[in-house]
Amino acid sequence: MKVNLYLNKRVAIIGAGLTLFRRRLLETPQEIAWEAASKALEEAGLELKDIDCVVIGSAPDAFDGVHLKGEYLSHGSGGIRKPVSRVYVGGATGVMTAIAGWYHVASGLCQKVLAVAEEKMSPARPHPQSVFKYIWDPILEKPLNPNLIWIFAMEMHRYMSKYGIKKEEIALVSVKNKRNALNNPYAQLGANITVDDVLNSEVLVWPVQLLDVSPVSDGGAAIVLASEDVARRYTDTPVWVEGVGWTLDNTEWPARDLSYARYVEFAARMAYKIAGIERPNKEIDVVEPYDPFDYKELHHLEALQLAKRGEAPTLLKEGVFDIDGDIPSSPSGGLLGVGNPIAAAGLMKVISIYWQLKGTAGKMQVKRPVHTGLAQAWGDLMQAGTVIVLRN
Amino acid sequence: MVTPLKENELKEHVIISYKPNAKYAYTAGQAQSKYLMGFKEGKIYGRKCNKCGKIYVPPRMYCDECFRPTDEWIEVKDEGIVMTAVASFISWTRERLKEPEIVGVIRLLPSNDRDFVYPGIFHRICTTYEEVKNMNIIGKKVKAIWRSKEERKGSIEDIQCFKVI
Repeated sequence: MKVNLYLNKRVAIIGAGLTLFRRRLLETPQEIAWEAASKALEEAGLELKDIDCVVIGSAPDAFDGVHLKGEYLSHGSGGIRKPVSRVYVGGATGVMTAIAGWYHVASGLCQKVLAVAEEKMSPARPHPQSVFKYIWDPILEKPLNPNLIWIFAMEMHRYMSKYGIKKEEIALVSVKNKRNALNNPYAQLGANITVDDVLNSEVLVWPVQLLDVSPVSDGGAAIVLASEDVARRYTDTPVWVEGVGWTLDNTEWPARDLSYARYVEFAARMAYKIAGIERPNKEIDVVEPYDPFDYKELHHLEALQLAKRGEAPTLLKEGVFDIDGDIPSSPSGGLLGVGNPIAAAGLMKVISIYWQLKGTAGKMQVKRPVHTGLAQAWGDLMQAGTVIVLRN
Repeated sequence: MVTPLKENELKEHVIISYKPNAKYAYTAGQAQSKYLMGFKEGKIYGRKCNKCGKIYVPPRMYCDECFRPTDEWIEVKDEGIVMTAVASFISWTRERLKEPEIVGVIRLLPSNDRDFVYPGIFHRICTTYEEVKNMNIIGKKVKAIWRSKEERKGSIEDIQCFKVI
């Protein structure tokens, strides 16, 4: 794949902040954004006046119940009297927020950028599900009264039938991630569960059951990015953004095979090319694939070229993706364990890799040394893929 | 400063409810209008790009690969292969349903099982939860069950569902 990219500056992440991920937080979305942003500035050792540009990531306006959420969140995100932009690519927004922060710096436009992602999913009534109704095609799809879980269940069933994968094999992702989340102080849903617990949970849209899905959640996340000229002034342990990639496939998901995430493959190939990675499964030490549903982690590991098509479940069973495996996957606990405030959850994945490479992940820290990590998110009508590769 | 809450604790605080009253009149456009009018006749129309050969169902006036206008209207069969099917036990407001709704994606014919991109339709499938659960329905050939001519109104609802043949 040809990528016409001309980079000006190398970019480092020098600080990060997270709020707790919980359902029904009392804080307003702006207060949540402020908490994450101020923690990120504190870790970077910067004040707001040092920041040149601000990037805000937030998924559908409808969750927070206001329109123009970029403007709404701007003061909580430290964006007053600064160049501010908001990015939004559905579920892929969180990683896109980091990427947008990256290109502000990589282009040479700004030296220090604050990138903030926020989502408050629990205000929607009667249930956040109802908000998702407005992402469907109003003429061709909405008359069937769809809910969002339909498309994921369809994708999951296609994936299962194409490669002969069983639900038991997929449930292992939920077991692994919720177990990893027990080590994460920000997590909403860390638990020791078994495959049977998943298989006996409420059937929502077969083959999706309650414990196959990440929870409704509120939360915020923020990072500070700096150009290589100044990064070392503020930290001895910058983590470099080595590659980024993002792509959109078409919205016509009924007209393409759902068994393989083509959009993630293109994004990953772009990121690998920039990072100079030729054999991802040998070169990547730790990975945070997007896992709002358990099958999705497997689906994405394949598209990221970390497993052959249809083989991720086998590798998972062999322990390759465990916290002490060859390629630890979602050591943070992922969305299944930490919670899924959409945009914040994606940026949480970037932050998790950043802390792993900095060596400050605490109880989440992968046991052996790690040098290259990858975070990925995915969104819209199964069409947006965003990938970021970090190195220490 | 973050305070996780239980539902009853939330009731002790001031809550402001707001119900948006937003209404839209959507435009179907050139391609979708013909597609919807086709349903009235019991036909499924697509658009073909003669440069790359791609057939668009639902139809599109431009080819997104070649970025040029699509060239001609073609009619595809109201038959196809079930690519995936699911059984929903929840409504769009997350309420529990007694009887599952069964929906899926159908790859319409003519098309090839090696195609990554194909003429496709998302619709209801008339089958049982058992058939979905044991995955027998996936890969089966199905045909559209049309509503009677008088009932059709130029909507995807003109097809009741797709049924195994």
